[in-house]
Amino acid sequence: MEALAALLLRDMRLAVRVGGGALVGVLFFLIVVTIVPLGVGPDLALLARIGPAILWIGALLASLLALDRLLAADHDDGSLDLILTGRAPLELAVAVKALAHWVTTSLPLVIAAPALGLFLNLEPGAIGAVALTLLVGTPALTFIGLIGAALAVALRRGGLLLPVLVLPLTIPILIFGVSASNAAIVGPVPFGAPFAILAALTLMSLVIGPFAAAAALRHGLE
Amino acid sequence: MRLSACDLVCVRGDRRVFADLGFHLDAGELLAIRGPNGAGKTSLLRSIAGLVRLAAGRIELAGADPELTVAEQSHYLGHHDALKPSLSVAENLVFWARYLGTGGMRPAEALETVGLATLAALPAGYLSAGQRRRLSVARLLAAHRPIWLLDEPTSALDAAAQARLADIMRRHLAGGGLILAATHGPLGLDGTRELVLGDSP
Repeated sequence: MEALAALLLRDMRLAVRVGGGALVGVLFFLIVVTIVPLGVGPDLALLARIGPAILWIGALLASLLALDRLLAADHDDGSLDLILTGRAPLELAVAVKALAHWVTTSLPLVIAAPALGLFLNLEPGAIGAVALTLLVGTPALTFIGLIGAALAVALRRGGLLLPVLVLPLTIPILIFGVSASNAAIVGPVPFGAPFAILAALTLMSLVIGPFAAAAALRHGLE
Repeated sequence: MRLSACDLVCVRGDRRVFADLGFHLDAGELLAIRGPNGAGKTSLLRSIAGLVRLAAGRIELAGADPELTVAEQSHYLGHHDALKPSLSVAENLVFWARYLGTGGMRPAEALETVGLATLAALPAGYLSAGQRRRLSVARLLAAHRPIWLLDEPTSALDAAAQARLADIMRRHLAGGGLILAATHGPLGLDGTRELVLGDSP
């Protein structure tokens, strides 16, 4: 497992170095969340009502932004060829890459979400609920995105296709993430039900994502 | 250790790159693969590394660890250097050494061998093409694998670095390694066998 630890460390290091783009996602998230109040006007009650949805859509778009580089960067410079000749199973190697990607691009979004929640006039309880659902739901976005990233690499020149491919697949995550947040704020459904489905979706994507991505990469060999 | 391939067929797109290709290679031997552009030199090396799917044929390695595939015993040195510009020379090398296997030289020693020891802390983005190539060669030394698949290993290298590479290859062969090198120019080693791939149709 030495190889996988090395891969995790290297990907995290690359993300925080110059040009790594770990913080670009957070800036993009900040911009999306700031733009909405400018667009819908200073109606505080309205903002508080749609706040969780705005935070979720912002996080979704921000996590899509960096997805393109998840595998394409390694494909372009030949690193992916060497990763394929490695002795670690490809499924685990891509899972580790996705994990490093989540830690460096999605975890900062989860941490930034409470601060951005204040912009949207959310109550402390609502902020907590949104942050918790993002913490549980964003790994699913990354691991579903992993499949898209692998397909984009396998298809070549698929970079622009990636958001179109991935976004529809993330709709269930968005629906249950937002409904769990809303359940915590206004009810009437208990928080537990949609939250449990969200957690289940994440667990499913953690299992399916690496296998599907590895299969796509292997199939893409020509 | 003996690498044997028989009846290899490679099809890319609709074009048959090569067909009915076979060769065998014993420990300590170097096979120089020659042929015009498009003859399938790179495809052959990549298929041994498991990166190109063969339409037919078998590649076997006898006398090696049966737990590992041929690809897992091979180092592939391709056109791309697989270096990250924002990581330092040493960080790039240490990562590949840890990822690709164990039992090679210490990274510092490998850098010394290819003549990059003084640049270890420099980000790889500042290296010249020849220095990047040498760093890739250091990867072969820092992680031990018996088969080396070298695609144009001498490109971008100056005369001194080419002599150094020949020396490194000679030592690998003396240690019982196998080398397949696709090349147009001379490799600087005596007694190499050649495999000439045909004209592309």
